[in-house]
Amino acid sequence: MADFTWSSGAEIAAAVSSGKVSAAEVTAQMLAVIEQRNPRLNAFTAVTAERARAKAEAIDASPDKRKLPLAGVPFAVKNLFDIKGLPTLAGSKINRARKAAAHDAVLIERMVAAGAVLVGALNMGEYAYDFTGENVHDGPSRNPHDPERMTGGSSGGSGGAVAGGMVPIALGSDTNGSIRVPSSLCGIFGLKPTYGRLTRARSFPFVASLDHLGPFARSVRDLAISYDAMQGYDGGEDAACVDRPAESATPFLEQGLSGLKVAVAGGYFRKGASAEALSALDTVAKALGAREVEIPQAHRARAAAYVITATEGAALHLERLRTGANDFDPAVRDRLIAGAMVPSTLVVKAQNFRRWYREQVLALFKDCDAIIAPATPVTAPKIGQATFMLDGVELPVRPNMGLYTQPISFIGLPVAAVPVPLKPLPIGVQIIAAPWREDVALRVAHALERMGVVAAPRPRL
Amino acid sequence: MTASATDKLDAFIDAAAAALDLPLDPAWKPAVKANLAVTLGHAATVAEFALPDEAEPAPIYKA
Repeated sequence: MADFTWSSGAEIAAAVSSGKVSAAEVTAQMLAVIEQRNPRLNAFTAVTAERARAKAEAIDASPDKRKLPLAGVPFAVKNLFDIKGLPTLAGSKINRARKAAAHDAVLIERMVAAGAVLVGALNMGEYAYDFTGENVHDGPSRNPHDPERMTGGSSGGSGGAVAGGMVPIALGSDTNGSIRVPSSLCGIFGLKPTYGRLTRARSFPFVASLDHLGPFARSVRDLAISYDAMQGYDGGEDAACVDRPAESATPFLEQGLSGLKVAVAGGYFRKGASAEALSALDTVAKALGAREVEIPQAHRARAAAYVITATEGAALHLERLRTGANDFDPAVRDRLIAGAMVPSTLVVKAQNFRRWYREQVLALFKDCDAIIAPATPVTAPKIGQATFMLDGVELPVRPNMGLYTQPISFIGLPVAAVPVPLKPLPIGVQIIAAPWREDVALRVAHALERMGVVAAPRPRL
Repeated sequence: MTASATDKLDAFIDAAAAALDLPLDPAWKPAVKANLAVTLGHAATVAEFALPDEAEPAPIYKA
């Protein structure tokens, strides 16, 4: 029997649809790989083997399997998504006392309706307030390219599971960079869609005005087919989800770069970047013929995102801080307590700036279709590493890994993170598009993939 | 931040914790203070950027 454990989701769906392999066989192979690798990589916090086998058998018996774009494709989700029958941990100890979820998150329901097979829940930084992938309760997610190194976070298990060949597709969340940072450090593709595009219904929140959900994969096509499967209005279950028809990206992937103008962000987005980050950015910029553009006041955008995150996050957790502060990860607790104390006048200022900055950045898209920028300032640091040097200044890793991602998600722009396979460790580049133009970001990403400039390297495991 | 500013921050943290009914173990205070100083620094970076009085905040409530 052929080995499907490093196959893309599209390849698996084609093989299952045509009867070349059964969904049951693919699921069995994937569960075996998870059992073998997870003790080393610590990506999964729960494996839903029984459910996965039942779903795979149902796919195999279905007369409609040829119509399913994700027929028999295994996937896993960050453990802040509701999974029917499990408490939604969101990386915390506190949430272990929650009742089991009565229903799956809407995005899981949509993946499953497209034929995908849920195989488990994935490790993450506590309450998503993290860029490292470390977790004091469940242990750190480990980078498949070097298990002594961070996956990045907060969707650390999502990065590790996809890069480590335990699933072809995973779902995660991105408030300030939590899809793009682990994509970069683990050397895989990630899509943070436009704010309001994919429903967050039945997922555990962090910062309501900044939270996004999206997919990880080892190919752009897998990002596109899973993203397309998850689009659509949810009837108002998530207040931020926009009532907008689905706009499929997959049919446009092959259109290439023709007619697209790409720019590369200068100024703030080069300051502090390591030689590896600049090398990756310059390689991608050269391949795209990108000219330099300045995103105005990006440092203030990052600062404003920081303030809004601290305060909205603190508001979400205020009662838990009062009654169960000792059960938090101390690093998360101390940030949240500080956030609770920030005067509200300063938060309103940050929201005022947000609208001004949005107008400035949207104006840039009159002259270009996409802007590229580094995803992270460095390749994966060692697990436990507390500080790094950026532009000659020693800074803490945990809040600063998102320097380049925060000014972008701050205004909800869609971004595809693409991996440049540098050795020994990969690093990502962000492809940023105008709101609702995920198709452009994915087209550029796919063109780079076809040129051989970006690819998800296979780790030796 | 100057020495007197950090002293003020200590007093502010004590007062805010009391006002918000937040338990604050003395052992947590240095980290809370460090985090608050960073966040207030970011807030100052934003607040020093002059915007017109008519500048609307980003979230708009729709009835």
